[in-house]
Amino acid sequence: MVQGTQQAPSQGAGRPADTRPVTPADVRPAQDRVTVPSTSVTGAESIVRSLEAAGTEVVFGIPGGAILPTYDPLMDSTKLRHILVRHEQGAGHAASGYAYATGRVGVCMATSGPGATNLVTPIADANMDSVPLVAITGQVGASMIGTDAFQEADIVGITLPITKHNFLVTDPDDIPRTIAQAFHIASTGRPGPVLVDIAKSAMQTRTTFSWPQSVDLPGYHPVTKPHAKQIREAARLLATARRPVLYVGGGALRAGASAELRRLVDESGAPAVTTLMARGVLPDSHPQHLGMPGMHGTVPAVAALQKADLIVALGARFDDRVTGKLSSFAPHATVVHADIDPAEIGKNRRADVPIVGDLREVIADLLPELAREHAQHGKPDLEGWWRQIDDWRETFPLGFTEPEDGHLAPQHVIQRLGEIAGPEAIYVAGVGQHQMWAAQFIRYERPNSWLNSGGLGTMGYSVPAAMGAKVGDPDRTVWAIDGDGCFQMTNQELATCAINDIPIKVALINNSSLGMVRQWQTLFYESRYSNTDLHTGHGTARIPDFVKLADAYGCVGLRAETAADVDATIRRAMEIDDQPVVVDFTVSRDAMVWPMVAAGVSNDEIQYARGISPAWDREE
Amino acid sequence: MSRHTLSVLVENKPGVLTRVAGLFARRSFNIHSLAVGPTEHEEISRITVVVDVDELPLEQVTKQLNKLINVIKIVELEADASVQRELLLVKVRADATTRSHVLEVVQLFRAHVVDVVPEAVVIEATGSPGKLDALLAALEPYGIREIVQSGTVAIGRGARSITDRALERVNRSA
Repeated sequence: MVQGTQQAPSQGAGRPADTRPVTPADVRPAQDRVTVPSTSVTGAESIVRSLEAAGTEVVFGIPGGAILPTYDPLMDSTKLRHILVRHEQGAGHAASGYAYATGRVGVCMATSGPGATNLVTPIADANMDSVPLVAITGQVGASMIGTDAFQEADIVGITLPITKHNFLVTDPDDIPRTIAQAFHIASTGRPGPVLVDIAKSAMQTRTTFSWPQSVDLPGYHPVTKPHAKQIREAARLLATARRPVLYVGGGALRAGASAELRRLVDESGAPAVTTLMARGVLPDSHPQHLGMPGMHGTVPAVAALQKADLIVALGARFDDRVTGKLSSFAPHATVVHADIDPAEIGKNRRADVPIVGDLREVIADLLPELAREHAQHGKPDLEGWWRQIDDWRETFPLGFTEPEDGHLAPQHVIQRLGEIAGPEAIYVAGVGQHQMWAAQFIRYERPNSWLNSGGLGTMGYSVPAAMGAKVGDPDRTVWAIDGDGCFQMTNQELATCAINDIPIKVALINNSSLGMVRQWQTLFYESRYSNTDLHTGHGTARIPDFVKLADAYGCVGLRAETAADVDATIRRAMEIDDQPVVVDFTVSRDAMVWPMVAAGVSNDEIQYARGISPAWDREE
Repeated sequence: MSRHTLSVLVENKPGVLTRVAGLFARRSFNIHSLAVGPTEHEEISRITVVVDVDELPLEQVTKQLNKLINVIKIVELEADASVQRELLLVKVRADATTRSHVLEVVQLFRAHVVDVVPEAVVIEATGSPGKLDALLAALEPYGIREIVQSGTVAIGRGARSITDRALERVNRSA
């Protein structure tokens, strides 16, 4: 590969023919070149042609003054489907959901000023969770920039810290090259959001359209091929460790490394944990899978990391929600850290063996080296390690207690939803208790079946992201699992779903409160419930009444209030295919997420349930 | 904490300095001094940034800088393997009775007087931060009216050029 010269992205050409979920890895260096002869067009037409040439099929957005010229040729495009959302935040999350479900770059569009600033939250969200996203925003005319013009906002300045890169375009001749670069940057290396801000004057000026043959970025050369010496060292450690753990993060998903990972787990015999961002990359049914680590992880996953003598981190970033108090995290472990982003290695935890590279290549290279080690020295004896882990699994399985108030257990609802809708569905959570229960109690068996806002923790993510996922993968059942708090932040997109024939299903885990905040108030603020009551559940004013709200939005509204209703209501929702469905599951507000490691304390202090901590000494 | 001098080669494009400076602020790194200017290649600018930071955070900030799309190359210049200079302009009170003393200091530090009026002189000096500090200390008794100082600029000793390979990259992609 010639440095600094990659072929311009063309997603259509990069799609594989097989049925495996498409990942960003698939859209890196495109196989075919898109050649479009130079033609005289307006800047606005050039934007539409560029998006088409980049392989875009769907754009989520809302028009407004500064982007208006672009919406005119957009109307005539036969390749671009524009979906008119009801709030720009919805456009951004929908583009993210689309990117998750398809592995392709998600595209959203907004006007200048407030349109652009409304995209800030989903852009920051995509940045934290490494989602390939391109945001096109209109800007006031070039001569007006800097004059505090109507609907002017310095969106390039505003999004500087929350994008992988961004551009301001004032010369229409720069449009095709800039958009090609934006797609290339968004989808390669560690994926992320790229914003292209285009002055209205550039849209209105005539220019020539010519899609570039290659992308020239002298300062951008993501390393994908791992270093052979580091791979050998990692294999040696993995073959000799007595208490190894594979700590798998979202990077493995983004790299499309699911199949390779499966082989590594099998070959090494080591236990694996999958982070919140990686749920589904290894089937939950795999016997070596210990579940999710971290603040609300399983006891076996948290304990295995704490007691490990070797941690092989694969596309994970030692986030504070996983490590707990960093200085006491996995104190005896040697660390192999593989990531596409060199800056993640050694950022939080020192890496003994750093490996920079694409996770699919890293694992593919690691496999033969590991086999060689095994052939030379035999497989390591992990029997003692597994005995200890199995003891934890037996003593501390995931579970929940029925609420004392007689209302529905939210965990039961989510568990049944997962069992009835099955592993082929896509589950999209908001943020809070319901998100943690959805990560814990649904069995994920395939990659890209679980979407959530992990890094930024964006309430309101679920409905628009589910919408985007359904657009990207219309044949799958898409369940938004949302809380009553989250839902009220973005439920206007139900209108978009109803009108555009995007039949998502929403499971509202309605505990009538901001549940996770309430849980912390219960635990750390003497049950003083300051501003967490939302009045949407049992025996309240029910404002809003979610069934009526669903009806008003042209969706089917259902409600389940007792355990006896749960299965039938889920099945009923599963039968409706031509309309969005909202199911209001009114659940107990006192249910809490367990296990839990309180913020800032050591993972050794994990509580299995309130006040119950494993006694480590006994087991060692 | 120790002081480090980084030479950052960047694409000569609008807003690049903001990206670099913003990154330092965002990741809580304190910039001691910063100087930016053109290089022998018109498409490349060079930012010299001096930071007070420990070894590990320095590695992290270098990696984060490398992630900026417009950053082409980063080199840390060690003090003993590089020439580091700052430019100082200082306005000092100097009347008929003190002028000769002030000029003596100027001579000693191989500085220059670039402006004279009956009651003051403006002195231009270049040198390492240590030398300039010493000059200022020597001038202090006469009455310093105003100081303006550039950030450090630095270049490696010897024949090698850090722009060579960066230039190759730019040329190849041009």
